[in-house]
Amino acid sequence: MSGRGPGLARRLAGPQNRNLWFWVFVGPFALGLLVFTYVPLGWSVYLSFFDAHNTVSPTDFVGFDNYTSMLKNDAFTDSLWTFAVFTAFIVPTTFVLSLSLALMVNRLRRAQAFFRSVFFLPAACSYVVAALIWKMSIFNGVRFGLANTVLGWFGADQTAWLSTTDPPWYWLVIVTVRLWLQAGFYMVLFLAGLQRISPTLYEAAAVDGARPGWQVLRHITLPQLRATSVAVALLLVINAFQAFDEFYNLLSDARGYPPYARPPLVYLYYTALGQGQNLGLGSAGAVLLALIIAVVTVGQARWFGLGRGDEKGA
Amino acid sequence: MHDAWVRVGRALRLVLLIALALLFLVPFYLLVRNGLASEEDITSPDWTFFPSTLRFSNVTELFRDSTVPMARSLLNSALIAVLTTLGTLLIASLAGYGLARIPYRYANHVFYAILATLMVPAAVTFVPSFVLVSSLGWVSTLRGLIVPTLFSAFACFVFRQYFLGFPRELEDAARVDGLGYWRTYWRVVVPNTRPVFAAVGTIVFIGAWNSFLWPLVIGQDREAWTVQVALSSFSTSQVIRLHELFVAAAVSILPLLVVFLFFQRWIVAGVERSGIDD
Repeated sequence: MSGRGPGLARRLAGPQNRNLWFWVFVGPFALGLLVFTYVPLGWSVYLSFFDAHNTVSPTDFVGFDNYTSMLKNDAFTDSLWTFAVFTAFIVPTTFVLSLSLALMVNRLRRAQAFFRSVFFLPAACSYVVAALIWKMSIFNGVRFGLANTVLGWFGADQTAWLSTTDPPWYWLVIVTVRLWLQAGFYMVLFLAGLQRISPTLYEAAAVDGARPGWQVLRHITLPQLRATSVAVALLLVINAFQAFDEFYNLLSDARGYPPYARPPLVYLYYTALGQGQNLGLGSAGAVLLALIIAVVTVGQARWFGLGRGDEKGA
Repeated sequence: MHDAWVRVGRALRLVLLIALALLFLVPFYLLVRNGLASEEDITSPDWTFFPSTLRFSNVTELFRDSTVPMARSLLNSALIAVLTTLGTLLIASLAGYGLARIPYRYANHVFYAILATLMVPAAVTFVPSFVLVSSLGWVSTLRGLIVPTLFSAFACFVFRQYFLGFPRELEDAARVDGLGYWRTYWRVVVPNTRPVFAAVGTIVFIGAWNSFLWPLVIGQDREAWTVQVALSSFSTSQVIRLHELFVAAAVSILPLLVVFLFFQRWIVAGVERSGIDD
């Protein structure tokens, strides 16, 4: 030790030791990432080939059995279907709402900061708190609850929002929570994109006789926002895949989780860490989910033409 | 004629914006209203805008209720959020600087290995991460709740992009004065790039305070509950004391609203400079 210490110090002090300094700076991060991301990933793949109930060092190799039973499991495929329906609702609604908010706020001369703050403020709220407000105050099914009260003024019947599956009113509850929490964040992304559009483009459009409003929006603003739009769409889909907090908090109660509206992560949570503690099966599900996310993300990026050389700096 | 239409359009837009703003504020109002109301006022079928009485005693009642570890979980959340933020800022900024400024043959490979983890949704690795943390014996410990979350590829990426755009002249001057990488970083780079630290710090703090899945998985003992886990278990329990639940939720977002309103411009700046939409 005593021999190496000064030697190391001298090497670090020397002029030609960039490689060493690189690892002094990047090493702690890289090591942490290796231990807490790459190792769990590898371990997940390993576990998925074993029968692992309640144990992290399994001995029964089962090959692809966990995968086949997962894919044949109605609960898992239903959870993927839940995700697909959820994405089909949430991605377009959040996209349109946040873009509209950004366009309206961007053109304000006064009180711009005020409106931006109001729409952005829910981003500080956790899904747990938001789910609580939605479940216990707005969309409460029994007697009290804001939605039923307001609908009652118009003579509508009471609705049990979260426990009726036909029609599936719970989608309205789930989608509006996320819309409220996230729209402001994506609005800020769009605002950043809008502020980068050069004013000369609008001047040129005015000279060419484009009427302010729809024409300018369609031929100048939207094409210029393309890079932002692609990023927002990708983030929306990735985030929808990871939905857990609001589903868990809106739908589970003291009796557990209902069999409907389980997105993949909620299902995996109960498989791996619930009663059965089936870590092998849970890992297989996680690997399948990771593969699906990768395929969807890459496919979406390709479809948008992300990463093509000519798109750079758009 | 044309001018009149523009004015009508502008007025309509303002009306729409005000209506939407009120709609966005309703949930916050409900949180405060119910938090300061009596149980009867919350569950009454005749809903009123204002509760019949304002009960500030709900707050003291909440902290006196021994069935909810509210004080403990607030403390846990505060510790986790502060330590996670400081740790992430230190580790990710060093890595970002190394990647941006220290020439190394395999720097790009390392960078891509980091970027690749952005594509792996963190939530998908929660099963094996739980396995790893439990085999380390870290379940229900602060270590288990904090350490695995410290290595944020997003933070590292933002720092790298920011340092790449930082003018080299200042650093070159420091190098000429004989400062090494280490001292150049601490004495020249950090003091001159505070905005990016504030931006990333705010985003990480909010994320750590609000995170739910990982604390739910790792914080199994009541002593290790974060405020989000406490609220969640509170709202799914058999007997729900609604007024306490709402005041607990209001208390839980108060620190964050302060941070948020205070640092909002840093978040906006961070979003604009993160390059995620470039």
